[in-house]
This record gives sequence, C-alpha cells and structure tokens, in this order.
Amino acid sequence: MTHPFPARHRAGLAARRRWLGHAAAAALTVGLPRLAAAATPTDPGLATRRIPSSGEALPVVGLGSWITFNVGKDPPAQEACAEVVRAFFAAGGRLIDSSPMYGSSQSTIGHALGRLSYPPALFAAEKVWTGDAARGDSQMEASRRHWGVPRFDLIQVHNLLGWADHLPRLLALKAAGRLRYVGITTSEGRRHAELEQIMRTQPIDFVQLSYNLLDREAEQRLLPLAQARGIAVIANRPFREGALLDALRRHRLPAWAAEIDCDSWAQVALKFVVSHPAVTCAIPATRQVAHVRQNMGAARGRQPDAALRARMAAEVAAL
Amino acid sequence: MSEWWTYRPSDFLMFAPRTYWRLFELHNEAWWPLQPLLLPVGLGLLAWLLREPMPASRPEPSAALRAACAGHAGALAFVAWAFLWRRYAPINWAAEAFAAGFVGLALCLAVPAVRGDLQRAAGVTRRRVGLALYATALLALPWLAPLSGRPWAQAELPGLAPDPTVMATLGLLLAARSPAGGTRWLLRGAWALSLGWCVISAATLATMGSFQALVPLAAVLVAVLAVLFSRE
Repeated sequence: MTHPFPARHRAGLAARRRWLGHAAAAALTVGLPRLAAAATPTDPGLATRRIPSSGEALPVVGLGSWITFNVGKDPPAQEACAEVVRAFFAAGGRLIDSSPMYGSSQSTIGHALGRLSYPPALFAAEKVWTGDAARGDSQMEASRRHWGVPRFDLIQVHNLLGWADHLPRLLALKAAGRLRYVGITTSEGRRHAELEQIMRTQPIDFVQLSYNLLDREAEQRLLPLAQARGIAVIANRPFREGALLDALRRHRLPAWAAEIDCDSWAQVALKFVVSHPAVTCAIPATRQVAHVRQNMGAARGRQPDAALRARMAAEVAAL
Repeated sequence: MSEWWTYRPSDFLMFAPRTYWRLFELHNEAWWPLQPLLLPVGLGLLAWLLREPMPASRPEPSAALRAACAGHAGALAFVAWAFLWRRYAPINWAAEAFAAGFVGLALCLAVPAVRGDLQRAAGVTRRRVGLALYATALLALPWLAPLSGRPWAQAELPGLAPDPTVMATLGLLLAARSPAGGTRWLLRGAWALSLGWCVISAATLATMGSFQALVPLAAVLVAVLAVLFSRE
C-alpha cells in the first residue's frame, strides 16, 4: 500500500508534524494525570487521555460518522457535514472515526477535510471491513483516497471480521512506519469473549466497543483488561444511536448535572463514558453543529468521580 | 454473521430517513422534465389496457400488455441504473444487489414482450385488481410525499422511483398470463422479484419509522389475494 503525499497536503502535513511535536513534548513534561489537560497549547481546558502505547494525548470526545455522514452525493448535506467537522476542530476535537461499512461517510469526511485544508490536529481512525484478507489492502487504499489523507493514524479490524488475517498485516504496516496504531472493534456487546481473547494475546493499541449509561457490560472485564494491558479504548454508541437521548429528553436534568458542569443530557451521557478511567475517547456522531459543540462541551469542566458515576448509572437506569 | 440472533433490522439501516427522502428530491431534480413526459405514457398504457375487452373463452394475444411490459422493462432497467446504482448505492451497499434484481425483473418482462406470447389473464377479478393496482401506482403513490409532510419534490414516480414502478409491474403481472412454458417461468420470476422488492422496501420504510411501509405490504397482500381467489 503506497501512500504518495499529494502536493496539496504537504503544508498541512508539516503543520501537523509540528503540532504532534508539541503534543509529544507536552506529554513528556506534563506527566500522566487521569484526565490530563489538553496537549494543545491553544486549548488548555480540554480534557484529554493518553494513548497508553505512545503517550500521545487525545481529546476525550471524538467524532463518529455512522449514519450521520452517510449522505450520498448530496452537496448541501455534504456542506452541512463539513460545518460539523469545522465546529469539531474549532472546539479542539481530533479523532474522527469511520469505516468502509458506513456508505458514503468516508467521502463526506474527505470533502469536509478538503474544505478545511486538512487540519493538522486530525487523528484519522479507520477500519478494515472484509472477510477476504486479500482485499484488505485495496480496501484500506480506497478508504485513504476517500479521506484524501496521506495515511491513517489508526486502522481497526471492524467487528472482528477476519481479524486473524488482518492483524498481522496491520502490525507489519505499523512496524514499517506506515500506520501509527492498530486496533479492533466490536459494537453492541457482540463477541466480547473473542474480543477479550484478542486483547489478551495480540499487541493492539486500541480497542473499540459500545459503552454508555445503559450498556455497561464492558465494565466487567474488557475495560479493566484494557487498563491492565495498556490498550486505549474508543467508546462507540455513547447515545445508543440517539435512542438514549430521546428517552432522557423527557426528563428534567438532575441537580447533580450542574456539579459536573453539564447543561444537557448529551453532556451527562458523554461525561459518564469518558470519566471511566479506561476510556480514551468517545465518538458521538451528529450532523448538527449545535450538537457537536454540545458534545465537545463534555470534554470541559468537572468530571464525575466514581461515586457520582454509580449514581448517574443507577438514576438513568431507573428512569 | 456470528451472534446473528442479536441483530435487529435497525442494525442494517445505515442512513438517516431524511437522507433517504433526499435521494428522490435529487433524483427528480436530475431527471426533470422526464416526470411530465412519463405520466402521459403511463396513462396511455393504462387506457389501452382498459380498452381491451375482457378475455374471451379463447385466449388472444394482448398488444397492450406486450407494449406495457416492454415499457416497464425499460423503466425498471432505468430505475436500476439511475436510481439504485447511481443514487442509492452510495448510501446503501445492498443497493447494488437490488439493482441487479431490477435488471433481472426487467429481463423477465422484456423477453415475453419481444416474443409476443402474453395474454390477458382469464380471471376478470384478477385482471381488474391488476389494473387497479397499476392505476394506484401511477396516480396515487406520488401523493405519499405530500401526505407524509414531505415536499412534492420528493415524490416517488413510476418510471423513476423503485416502489411505484414495481407496484405497477405487479399490476401488469396480475393482468397477464402466458401459454408458453418458458414465458410462464419468466413471469414467475418477475412475481418473485417484485414481491421480494416490496418486502425489502417495506422493511426499510418500517425501520425508518415511516407509515409508507404499509403501502408495499398492501400491494403484496392485494396481489397475493387476487391470485389466490381468481379463476386462472
């Protein structure tokens, strides 16, 4: 898989390297607090978590693209998504996650990144999604072309599909310096036993799984294992694809929400997810600028402690 | 697919409803002014089908059915390429398979149309129900968009959108029969593909939470009941 650097990206890449240099320096000097202050000098209030395998800091709120960015060849909708991505970066966001399974989401992200001249802060997280190992390379290359980036920061094996074939290839790409991180994903609590086995035996940097106020099975084994093994965790479906917020919206925000600087249920739900010590980043998806700003607000202010987290889960489950 | 029992229909819906409805708006915009040209063609075919006398005791070839099947074969092929392949496939990776199914359906109608061995269905009720379904697809289904609170620009029209085109095809299939064994098998294939699409469309619309899911389901129900209770 060759990744020629398009000329239009060179300036962005240089800026990105400088930014990553700052981030790495900050990581070395600041130490490793549980919820570290942001590595970016322009945004000190943003909560970040470090990727255990490298120490690189990531804002605790990222951006997913399932359904929301799958808008097809619809120029106004693509522009609306570009505005979401613009607001995401303006609020200090970095990690954008997608998959070849997500229809046109990849090209929508590519369109948005092109509009923004490829922000140097971008942390590009993709997936390989094919049971045919021989197709893995061409699929990743197609994904890269859709995004318009020289390389991905992270490639994950989507839903464990063909993981035994894909992981050695991804780890070889990482060793060759053509990929920074390797991961594996699942969703909605599926195949956790197999995922656990992979986490125990494979040298992966990231694991992605579903975790939210109601779906907490990962707390039992996977999140503690990720901590013990030094694996970064991306939490998908923090809002259960919106169903959780639809249900919560009928209820008044509890008084304790103010104690953790939340002014919406979305922020409550996100703060619950990202305050788990094993979670590196949550990836809510949205097509609205107001919502992405609200989501990024969950990376600011006070975070719930263990006692409040338990209360949050109990009260929301009882609603 | 492991743990297949944990999957729900919503797990396979990879686009938002507004994205789906926008497809029709963009599609109508791209092919304007085909819409006002297609409607008279459809009405003309319907009038021709209605003018043909009810089947006599001795079956006769139907020129109107032959023309309608030829026209619908073209319409289905066009929907496969212009809508399913070019517009729907970018947001739904299953749409390429749907497009192949529509091409298959088009062939199942085109071959009998070329061979000219189509006859009017013997059952009067079956034929009447078929033509009523055809007229409904042509004249009523485009109203679903405004009735659902969506703009006219998102109307689904026969010859351009899959649902009304397939439902009109079901009407034709009810009104037709063939004495030739090969053509009978093609018509059975057309039945299977048409009913299959209606079920897929109903499942998609139901997962999107749209009441329009009832429409393809009703078409299936009407067509199957007409076949079961007709003398053919």
